Amino acid sequence: MLQNYFPILLFVIVGLMVGVGPIVLGKLVSPNRPDPEKLSPYECGFEAFEDTRMRFDVRYYLVAILFILFDLEIAFLFPWAVVLKEIGMFGFGAMLVFLAILTIGFIYEWKKGALEWE
Amino acid sequence: MEFIQGLLGEQAGLVVWTLLKIVAIVAPMMLAVAYLTLAERKVIGYMQLRIGPNRVGPYGLLQPIADGVKLLLKEIILPAKSNKALFIIGPILSIAPALAAWAVVPFTDTLVLANIDASLLYIMAVTSMGVYGVIIAGWAANSKYSFLGAMRSAAQIVSYEIAMGFALVTVLMVSGSLNLVEIVNQQGRGMGGGSILSWNLIPLFPMFIVYLIAGVAETNRAPFDVAEGESEIVAGFHVEYSGMAFAVFFLAEYANMILIAALTSLMFLGGWLSPFPASWGLLGASGFIWLALKISLVLFCFLWFRATFPRYRYDQIMRLGWKVFIPVTLVWVVVVGAWMMSPLSLWQ
Repeated sequence: MLQNYFPILLFVIVGLMVGVGPIVLGKLVSPNRPDPEKLSPYECGFEAFEDTRMRFDVRYYLVAILFILFDLEIAFLFPWAVVLKEIGMFGFGAMLVFLAILTIGFIYEWKKGALEWE
Repeated sequence: MEFIQGLLGEQAGLVVWTLLKIVAIVAPMMLAVAYLTLAERKVIGYMQLRIGPNRVGPYGLLQPIADGVKLLLKEIILPAKSNKALFIIGPILSIAPALAAWAVVPFTDTLVLANIDASLLYIMAVTSMGVYGVIIAGWAANSKYSFLGAMRSAAQIVSYEIAMGFALVTVLMVSGSLNLVEIVNQQGRGMGGGSILSWNLIPLFPMFIVYLIAGVAETNRAPFDVAEGESEIVAGFHVEYSGMAFAVFFLAEYANMILIAALTSLMFLGGWLSPFPASWGLLGASGFIWLALKISLVLFCFLWFRATFPRYRYDQIMRLGWKVFIPVTLVWVVVVGAWMMSPLSLWQ
């Protein structure tokens, strides 16, 4: 059982190596001639006006929170979907109730304007 | 395998043998990624009545190698105000998941590195990690353009992941397994007897469309590439990257495209099954060649979209994700459930 997962661990390590390898190689092979202009953040030829760690739109937070809600719901749906053929009508009905409650929440946030990007 | 184990002992032999198998997957993958970039330029070139790259080697076939060498010899700039460690971790975190997911992708019904029962769950988990690479890169660079690009791209990726998840749920419902080999085999058992009529493509057609479009949005490809949007935020989250650090992002994007195409082929297009009935002899035989053809077809659609559609506006992207795809998929989960409960079910 567990040895089935061992190749996956190795594959993750190889994946990381494929990322690390070229960057290290590039660092070794390529020239390194820093100067202050080159190292300043790109801003269309201007000096940077203000710090980048600025305030940004709260809607990004909102999207992140809504994403967590829905992704959790999908995590609930996964095991249900796999055994749906066995649990039959009762399981289907139970999930319908769950989805209905979720849909009410979805309608609420839609009406509240949480999904507007104007 | 016995030979290597005899040479190195049982444990070390197993590790080396597994590593060899992994290299046998990763090396062709990297080659495919390199030539996908050439294919993209050629295909879009011909679609715009140009001929695309044709100077380096015959028909421009050495172009990807020339590009690679050029990027290798360019300086890797570390911006003065950036968080240096995170800046380097960003690209690594975006390519590692794109490759690691291939550990469980089956190529035929017996040819798979790790045939685990939770393979689809593993793929969902690993591909979700990709968004960290984008956010970390955009944040660490400490440039306004990369920060804005990272925020946009992260919000877009998570939004479409929900629609993608619902589409996966319908596939799970009809196949009753998280194992990708089983999902494909199940598509071979329908009334069409393994031909195109029994694939998930037909009963789950709306989900196929949603999955494909969400896949384009997940990989930040045109027409959903506002994260890169050359004309407004120059290149989005990787504007400060140069040389090999940039190349790794580039590889990750194309590796993700191939992964999405492979998953689409496995879950909706019957994987390695032939589109013809099994009684047609050689044409009806299943094999890796069919999977390769289906992946290429989906990838061609990716390139085709880029040549055809103008870029969406950001609010339109979010509206499509939240207000169209999520309701549609939610309804279709219920419809498929009801269909399976009814006497008309195709999946007894």
